[in-house]
Amino acid sequence: MFTGIENAFVNLPQALKADWPGNVWWHWVIFTLIAIVFFLGSVIMFIFMERRVLAKMQARIGPNRIGPFGLLQAIADAVKVLTKENITPSNADKIVFWLAPAIVFAPVLMVFAVVPFANGAVLADLNIGILYAIAIGSLSTIGVFMAGWSSSNKYSTLGAMRMVAAVISYEMPIVLTFATIIVLTGSMSLNDIVIAQGKYWFIFSQPLGFFLAFVAGCAEINRSPFDLMEADSEIVAGFHTEYSGMKFAMFYLGEYGEAVVMSTIIATLFLGGWQGPFLPPFVWLIGKIFFVFFLMIWTRTTLPRVRIDQLMKLAWKFLFPLALINLFATGLEVLTFPNGLPWYFIPVNFGIGVVLVLLWSRLYKVGWGRIEIQ
Amino acid sequence: MTLRTEPFIMNMGPVHPSTHGVFRMRVTLDGEVVIDMEPVFGYLHRGIEKLAEERTYLGVIPLTDRLDYLASMTNNFGYCLAVEKLAKIPVPERAEYIRVIMAELQRLAAHLISVGSFLNDAGAYFTPFLYMFRERERIIDLFEMVSGQRLLYNYMRPGGVSQDLPEEFIPALQELLKQMKGYMQEYENLLKDNEILGARAKGVGILTRDMAINIGASGPVLRASGMKWDIRKVDPYSIYNRFEFDIPTGVQGDCYDRYRVRVEEMKQSLRILEQAYQKIPAGPYHTEVPQLIRPPVGETYAHIEAPTGELGFYLVSDGGIAPYRCHVRAPSLMNLTALRDMVKGWKIQDTILTFGSIAITMGEVDR
Repeated sequence: MFTGIENAFVNLPQALKADWPGNVWWHWVIFTLIAIVFFLGSVIMFIFMERRVLAKMQARIGPNRIGPFGLLQAIADAVKVLTKENITPSNADKIVFWLAPAIVFAPVLMVFAVVPFANGAVLADLNIGILYAIAIGSLSTIGVFMAGWSSSNKYSTLGAMRMVAAVISYEMPIVLTFATIIVLTGSMSLNDIVIAQGKYWFIFSQPLGFFLAFVAGCAEINRSPFDLMEADSEIVAGFHTEYSGMKFAMFYLGEYGEAVVMSTIIATLFLGGWQGPFLPPFVWLIGKIFFVFFLMIWTRTTLPRVRIDQLMKLAWKFLFPLALINLFATGLEVLTFPNGLPWYFIPVNFGIGVVLVLLWSRLYKVGWGRIEIQ
Repeated sequence: MTLRTEPFIMNMGPVHPSTHGVFRMRVTLDGEVVIDMEPVFGYLHRGIEKLAEERTYLGVIPLTDRLDYLASMTNNFGYCLAVEKLAKIPVPERAEYIRVIMAELQRLAAHLISVGSFLNDAGAYFTPFLYMFRERERIIDLFEMVSGQRLLYNYMRPGGVSQDLPEEFIPALQELLKQMKGYMQEYENLLKDNEILGARAKGVGILTRDMAINIGASGPVLRASGMKWDIRKVDPYSIYNRFEFDIPTGVQGDCYDRYRVRVEEMKQSLRILEQAYQKIPAGPYHTEVPQLIRPPVGETYAHIEAPTGELGFYLVSDGGIAPYRCHVRAPSLMNLTALRDMVKGWKIQDTILTFGSIAITMGEVDR
C-alpha cells in the first residue's frame, strides 16, 4: 500500500502516461471519482441538451432562466424534486418499491468501468468489456419491472411488461451487431476495439451495423419512437407513474444515464471512441457521445410512437435477420482477408447495407394487429 | 399451448393526458388487447341548455362560446342563425361575409388543434402539436383584433356581428393566407408519408359508412368513411352557395383517413377565405336589433357545419324574452358514440389513437 503511494509520487509523470490508472490504488479511486463525476455531469448536460434541442426543433425557446443559457436548469429541477413529498401508495409492496430506483440507477453507473477515455485510460480494461457492458446494462430492467409490479398500478404493470418484452427482444439484434465488431477486431476489450479503429471508424466499414445498433439501442433505452414503456399519452409514464420526489428523480437520472451509456457504447464501437486528430482524446469521446445523443433527440422530435406488436415485429422480423446476415457477411470478409479488410470494403459494405434494408422494407409487413373478439 | 389469461378492467380517465378534457374510458383488457370499452362522460356537465332558458336571447351567446371552446365562432354562428330564423332578422351582406371568414378561420384553428393533438396521441412528442399551435396563434391574433378575446369570442349577434372589422384585419389575413400554404406544406412533408404514422393509423379504428350513418356521425368523421355530406353544400346556410370549394372524403374510414380529411378541409377553408376576403362589400355590419328580442311563438332548427360536424340549435319560443327550450345537437357527442365499436379488438394504443382521431371537445359532449 504505502510503497504504492511512494512509487506513485516518485513516478507520477510516468504513471500518468498511457496506462493512466495504473496499478496504484489511489489512481483507481481518483479515476472512479472522475468516471462518476463525468457520468453525472453528462447526465445533467444530456437533460439540458434534450430540453433545449427539443425546444429549438419545436419552434419554442426552452429553459433559459437559470444560469447562462439555462445551463443550471437540471440542478434547479433536482432541488425542486428533493423538496417534494415522498408518496408511497398504501397497497404498494414497500421494500420493492423503495429498492427499485436504486436498482435502476446503479447498473447504469457500473458500465462506465470499461469505457476508455483515452488510450488505456480505462478503469478496468476487461478482456470481456462488451459482454460486461451488455450484461450489466440490461440489469436495470429488473429494477423497472420491480417498480412496475410493486406500485400495484395497472398502468405501471403494463409499462413494466412492455419494457421487459422490448428489452429481451432488442438484446438480440444489439448483441449480434456488437458480435460483428468483435469478429472484426478479434477482441472484446473496448480499448482494443477503439485502437482497431485507428485507420477508419467502424461506422464506415459497418454502416448497417451502426444503423441496427442505433435503432435497437433507442428501443432498449426506450427512446422515442420506441418509448411505449413510458408512453405519457397512453399509460401515463408507465412504470414510474406512482413515484414522486427523489425516487422519481432516480428513475429520471437512470433513464438519461442509460442514454449516456448507450451513446457512449455506440460512440466507442462505431465512431472510434477517443480516436481523432488535434484535440485531446477525451474531448473527442465526449463530442461523439453528444453527437449520438443528438441523433436520438432528432428521432424523438420527428417520429410518432410505434405500437407494441409493431415494436416486437421490428425486432424479430427486421433487425434480427439483418443483424444475422450482417454478422455472416462480415465473418466471410474477415475469413477471406484475415489481415484486415482493404479499403474497398467500405463501399461494398455500404452497398450491402442499403440493399438489405431496402429488400427487408419490402418484405417486412407491419400487419393489421386486430384481434377478433367473440 | 395457449396460456390462460384473465381480463382486467382499467380506468382511463377522467384525468388522463389523452382524454382531451375529462372523459373516462372503462376499458376491459386482455393483456394489451381491448375486449370491451365503456365510455363514461358527464364530468364537464354545466347545464348550458337549462341555463339558456333563464337568459335573454342575446345572453345565451356567451354560453354557446363554452360549448366547443375550441370553435367558439362557429358556435356563435349556429346559434345566431337559429335566432335569426326564429325572429326573422335580416342580416346585411357585409356581416354575412365577415361571418363566413370567421367561421372558416375557426375551422382552420380547430382542425389545427385536432390534427396536432391526434399526432400527440400517436406519440409524436409535441412537435406537430406545437407547430400547429404556432399557426393557431396567428389565427387567434386575428380573432383578438375583431373581438378582443382569444378563446371565447362572443362575437356574432343575431343580425350581424358585434363590431366591424378593424382596418388592419384584411392585410393581416392576407399575410396569414400567404404563409399558411407554406406551413401546410411543412406538415405534409413531415407527416403525410410518415412510415410509422401509416403503420399506426392506416386500417386502425375503422368506422364503416353504414355505421357512421346509423349513429348519426357528421363532419370529418362521417366524410372520412366515404360519405359526401357537408351542411355547407347539402343545405347551404348564410352565403356558402357563393363560394367554390370541394368536400374531401376518405375511403375506408380509418384514423388516417380522418386525419387526411381534416388536412384537406383546411386547404378548402383556405380556398374559401381567398374568395371571401376579396369580395367583402362595404355597408352596415349588423341590423339594428332590440336588446330584448321577442320572437313570435314557434320553434326552429338551424344547423351549420362546425369543425366537429353538424352543430344544430333547436330553439322553442313562447313569445318571451328567453328561449323556452334550447337544445344543442352536439356533433362531438354523436361522433363519440361510435368509439366503442371502433376500438374493440384493437390495442390500448389504438384506443387512444382512435379517440384522438375523432377529435371531440368535452365541453360540447357534456354541455
